[in-house]
Amino acid sequence: MLSEPLLKLDGVVKRFGGLVALDGVSFSVAPSEIVGLVGPNGSGKTTAINIISGTYHADAGSVLFEGARIDRVPAFRRVPLGINRTFQVPKPFAAMTVRENIAVAAYFGARVPVEIDAVLAEIDLAGHADVLASQLTVNQQKRLDLGRALATQPKLLLIDEIGAGLNPSELNTIADLLLRLAARGIALIVVEHVLDFLNRIANRVIVLSAGRMLFEGRLEDASRNADVVAAFIGG
Amino acid sequence: MKASAITLGVIGAAFLIAPHVYGNRTLLFSMMAFIVLAQGLNLLYGFTGYLPFGYVGFFGTGAYTTSLMVLHSHLPVLLCVVAGGVGACIVALILGPLLRLSGAYFSIANLAASQILYNVVSNQDLSKITGGPYGLKIDQVYDPSASYFTMLVILLVATGLAAYFRFSRFGMALRAMNQDPTSAAMAGIDVVRNRLIVWLVSASVAGLAGGAYAWNLSVFYPDAVFTLQISVFAIVFALFGGVGTVLGPVIGAIVLYALYNAVGISAPQYFEFIYGFLIVVLVLFLPNGLMSLLARRGVRVI
Repeated sequence: MLSEPLLKLDGVVKRFGGLVALDGVSFSVAPSEIVGLVGPNGSGKTTAINIISGTYHADAGSVLFEGARIDRVPAFRRVPLGINRTFQVPKPFAAMTVRENIAVAAYFGARVPVEIDAVLAEIDLAGHADVLASQLTVNQQKRLDLGRALATQPKLLLIDEIGAGLNPSELNTIADLLLRLAARGIALIVVEHVLDFLNRIANRVIVLSAGRMLFEGRLEDASRNADVVAAFIGG
Repeated sequence: MKASAITLGVIGAAFLIAPHVYGNRTLLFSMMAFIVLAQGLNLLYGFTGYLPFGYVGFFGTGAYTTSLMVLHSHLPVLLCVVAGGVGACIVALILGPLLRLSGAYFSIANLAASQILYNVVSNQDLSKITGGPYGLKIDQVYDPSASYFTMLVILLVATGLAAYFRFSRFGMALRAMNQDPTSAAMAGIDVVRNRLIVWLVSASVAGLAGGAYAWNLSVFYPDAVFTLQISVFAIVFALFGGVGTVLGPVIGAIVLYALYNAVGISAPQYFEFIYGFLIVVLVLFLPNGLMSLLARRGVRVI
């Protein structure tokens, strides 16, 4: 990684009352990279996503995007900078059509005009363009969530548990899509419990446990790391 | 957009002709005032989901600001009415932090705020400034027909704003925010700023209406412009017609205010019953108001 990282977290701390959700987390992500974020429930994965997307602000530490500090930048201003995300439970605009969902994001969040049909084709919902988002299946809503993010032309995409509840063929389709996005230069941070899925796409994983980073490296090496095994299985 | 322009034209023409056909101008004026209030409330509730129980507070603020300007400045009365809108806008700005609350908490905090305003202006100790419980008198500018036309203009402005909120890009952002504020932020929408804008606009509309109302009455007690019944009417009228639409609050206010005058004045003992019954029927069978009847039949509702 000779190029400057796209995203750099340095000593990020986030507390909720007495609970330390993130305790000095530092890592960086380069363009085109797919980084997996794994760990037991409550380990701080989604909190990390929320800090990077601007949903929460860190209590200490810094977040740099393209070399500039963005800690205090509100979420909606991070979108045109090139940061976007999906949600664990998809959050579409339920009473709008699929096309309108994409159009809203393209209009308000993108730096340059976006071809809405191209986004629809990418997430394989072109045939559902005029269907209300509330009438989609969960799998389709997850893709719409991704489409809403893609419509803002992100440089960094945060994917929160897109694999949960999908069948193997749906997982393959999503994996191929994420790999295509990375090949196009988009960096991805993927929170995931489905490790096979992650193994297919991630260049590197970061293991979190109780808000601390236990491990950073290749997924197969993680499974041989004693700390990681203890955190997952209990030791 | 064309349909909205035609709507504005029809409403304008109707209230221009009405006084020549129907003698009770006071009723027509009050009806317009309630259409404006229902529409102003619709701007906030229909497009952002915040239900202001204390909406009357802005109406009262407008009435008092306008009257005090008439009494203490030498500005033309029309400008004093505008000042009523500005006064309500300033109060809304001060109350801006209420928007951090959601649902019932917002509604109740807003209700409390309006009661505070009422208690301040009606306080005996402030009689020298606000007239205290005796209210204010601005009969030197009494002009029923000029105030009538002013209210009509305010009505058209409020309805024009509803059309803008419904059909513009800004309205698209509002709809997205209303459905999911978190996703709206991730679509690049400044949710906090947009909410504040709508809140200020909605309050200003009520303030303008309060100003024109004070001008039309020219003598009023604090209760006349701060009674909670005004909030309740605005809410029920807007819901009855259908919030989030341009025409709904107008139709709701016309139908229910006419009913109020037909039954409420001559047979007040039945009025509460009929109103209560209507509200129950509305909530059970038509939660989205009269306009949803049309929408269900495939009519493109504005």
